[in-house]
Amino acid sequence: MADHRQFCTFFLDDRFFGVEVEKVQEVIRYQVFTPVPLASPVIRGLINLRGQIVTAIDLRRLLLIGDRTDDYRPINIVVHTRQGTFSLLVDRIGDVLDVDHASFEHPPDTLEGIARELIQGTYKLQGRLLLTMNIDKLFNPALLNRSREATKKTES
Amino acid sequence: MDEIIKEFLTESQEGLDQLDNKFVVLEQNPEDRETLASIFRTVHTIKGTCGFLGFSHLEKLTHAGENLLSLLRDGRLRFTQDMASALLNMLDAVRIMLSAVEQTETDGDQDYLDLIEVLNRLKEGGPAPPPVSKPAPPPEPVVQLDKRSLPDPDEPPAPADELLPPGSVFLLQPPPASEPLPTEPDEPPIPASELLPPGSVFLLQPPPAAHEPSPPTRKPEPATALVESAAKPAPERPSAPPVAGGASVTDTSIRVDVPLLDKLMNLVGELVLARNQIVEYTLIQENPQLVAASQRLNLITSELQEGIMRTRMQPISNIWAKIPRVVRDLALSCGKQIRVEMEGKETELDKSLIEAMKDPLTHLIRNAVDHGIEMPAVRQAIGKPEEGCLLMRAYHEGGQVHIEIADNGAGLNPLKLRTKALEKGLITPERASTMSDQDFRRLIFLAGFSTAEKVTNISGRGVGMDVVKTNIEKIGGVIDLESELGRGTTFKIRIPLTLAIVPALIVTSGGERFAIPQVNLLELIRVNEEQRDAAVEYVHSHPVYRLRGKLLPIVYLNQELHLTATARVLNIVVLQAGQHQFGLVVDQINDTQEIVVKPLDKVLQDIPVFAGATIMGDGRVALILDVLGIAQRAHIISDSHDHGGSTQLQEGQNLKTEIQTLLLVRSPGNGRLAIPLGPVSRLEEFEPDQVESAGEVDVVQYRGHILPLVRLRDVLGDRRPTSRPAPTENGAFTTPLLQAIVFGDGVRRVGLVVDEILDIVQDVFETKGRSTRPGIAGTLVIQGRVTEMFDVQSFLQRVAPLLALAEET
Repeated sequence: MADHRQFCTFFLDDRFFGVEVEKVQEVIRYQVFTPVPLASPVIRGLINLRGQIVTAIDLRRLLLIGDRTDDYRPINIVVHTRQGTFSLLVDRIGDVLDVDHASFEHPPDTLEGIARELIQGTYKLQGRLLLTMNIDKLFNPALLNRSREATKKTES
Repeated sequence: MDEIIKEFLTESQEGLDQLDNKFVVLEQNPEDRETLASIFRTVHTIKGTCGFLGFSHLEKLTHAGENLLSLLRDGRLRFTQDMASALLNMLDAVRIMLSAVEQTETDGDQDYLDLIEVLNRLKEGGPAPPPVSKPAPPPEPVVQLDKRSLPDPDEPPAPADELLPPGSVFLLQPPPASEPLPTEPDEPPIPASELLPPGSVFLLQPPPAAHEPSPPTRKPEPATALVESAAKPAPERPSAPPVAGGASVTDTSIRVDVPLLDKLMNLVGELVLARNQIVEYTLIQENPQLVAASQRLNLITSELQEGIMRTRMQPISNIWAKIPRVVRDLALSCGKQIRVEMEGKETELDKSLIEAMKDPLTHLIRNAVDHGIEMPAVRQAIGKPEEGCLLMRAYHEGGQVHIEIADNGAGLNPLKLRTKALEKGLITPERASTMSDQDFRRLIFLAGFSTAEKVTNISGRGVGMDVVKTNIEKIGGVIDLESELGRGTTFKIRIPLTLAIVPALIVTSGGERFAIPQVNLLELIRVNEEQRDAAVEYVHSHPVYRLRGKLLPIVYLNQELHLTATARVLNIVVLQAGQHQFGLVVDQINDTQEIVVKPLDKVLQDIPVFAGATIMGDGRVALILDVLGIAQRAHIISDSHDHGGSTQLQEGQNLKTEIQTLLLVRSPGNGRLAIPLGPVSRLEEFEPDQVESAGEVDVVQYRGHILPLVRLRDVLGDRRPTSRPAPTENGAFTTPLLQAIVFGDGVRRVGLVVDEILDIVQDVFETKGRSTRPGIAGTLVIQGRVTEMFDVQSFLQRVAPLLALAEET
């Protein structure tokens, strides 16, 4: 494994996340999306990415962080995964960071549930932690369904 | 030239070009079965087609080759170089004949008997042609062959001349290394088939390209010229002049990869969308130049779209062409006389649709021949002409392709269908009493339905029409039938012209736009605000609308999709879902539009109400409704499958689309288990102290008989840890009453004791996963929970001895 890796970073609430930069196709501003009724609540809708229809996944809902206020317009990070192209809805976009792999650590055992599967590990940066995501795991339907149930539970 | 012959030539040339490479691959790796099989297929195709077209020489030769190849493919012979040689020899002969076909529409006079004999001999595993030395031809052989075996033009034709493409002979003769070369001119001529190791021949010579004029073997003059040119030392190919002017077939048509066409089609789809956007935008501008430009763009795009679509279009005759033959063979085998008539065979539709229609059409034809048209004697007796008629019509109407298959046979007898359906338990008597004749006729589309008195090898197993229907619906089509007793039956199929761009109705519901494919659309109804409340009536809380005196079930799209309604007027879109009509209430009806269908992502594909998505003129995405999916969700479709008295419920294969009634019970370890209610006769409760034992079996006295009891946890095994205390021996159950599910009838009964009965559900269930342990037929999701499906069949088999016990008492 290379010593340095690059991550495209973003924020959900005040949490700091990163996905490997090679997986990211582009970052685009808020797009109007068409909601898909009956779909998992994690799926916020479909966006038109220059003629290609892309499914937008709300990372807040997936990670069970509370919803944004209604007028907050999330940013799309378009990523390539083994399951195809998806858009991740995030709050704010950060820089592309070059991190030293030596600062990597696996997630603590206290992390559980969906977050445990999605969060690959953390990079201990100056003053904060960068959580990296395994986006290939993100779009597995079983996971989406489970988060649907989890959402229901938190709602009720 | 005949279209079929042209196609045959292009196809065969292409096949042959690939074969050369494949033989080379094969020679490096003789064990390569896959390559062998693909060679076999190509040769087989050529053989099949030329047999059909009446090129008997060609057929005989390829047949011999095919025989050898089939043995090789099955591994009964080892691929040797001799075989490669002979087969390549055959390829070249085939090429020559093909060019003869191209020029003269016959396959020439040559029958290549020697080559056939060689192939046959190889097939027997018999003596191969003489030992082959490695083909390393020094220049001398040219001369030797020249001297020795090239026949004088005046002499009777030597075998070599017959066997090989004459132009190449001199190039090809390697010296048989082990034998002294025969140099005496007066030695008896050795047959070319023995003399020449044919393989080396063709490995040395590049195959004649398809478009190069090859010697027309039937004309004497060029043949002589060839021999002359062969006598020249320079190994040049003779350049015989093309017989007729005009480009050969392979020049005027090119083969294009279907993926490339698909890509073009996609791009045009994008262009259509961009065009829609520009046109929409232009409407709000007041710039005449922009308007003019956008109109031009509009026109060009439409034409381009049409053009691209046409590249994928093929006449329906492509699949119809084979039908007369099929009908003839079938008619002969059942002793009937049938004439086939076709109308509109030039009607074009998308290639993928043509492919998809092949099987359903063949099936309908077989059915018509086998069941539809009566035996000649019967026909005569009722005053019909002995010869039955099968009419196939195709035409375009309303942006769709209509296909009709009509026979003038016996027609469908509604009464007979009714009896049969009742007999098979497909409908209940109550339901039968409310059905119209047309409803009965449509029963033939149900799975497991067959009215044929006996199962023939053509049809009658009852797995036909439902498959036809499913296949047609899969491509967005609709099938219906008309029939008159004694007059015949007509099947009417409507399919879209193409799958990629479809006309659709755009509606709004809950503030979102949805597209409804027009193929499902029947009519639109608008009810004013004042009349709205009176218009919708209720049948036991199910809304209906009176449409010309008949009750139309109503489905609210907002409710089905959990959206919020906004409309004050009632907009009803009347839709056809399979055999059923229903009204879909939407907030607003916008307009019709050509939309480009884009598939949904995998994570969304398990939502059955959407068929895909499209991009609207304003650049936003709209979902395309799957009318069948909505009907299923709203339980419209379930009406057609009568489930009440169904004894057909068997786990596994039928799960996919059938409505089922399932009993949900808690399985050991707090899981959920679904038991099909079909085979269940009763649910009973017993006091634990009623349980007695007979030998090792727990039994209770039940209706004057002894009912053996089996516990679910014994059937499935208590695999998972459970929080509940495991029952001790002798029926110390934790519940005060024993819940037993009684299977079977009369005295042959068995009770399955379960911990708790949770619910009874009725729906279309789809098996999601395979069985993970014995006793389980699969897993599915019911009420949002993963549920295992109990395998009743295997359970009943397992408890068969107990049933016997019950019987004896």
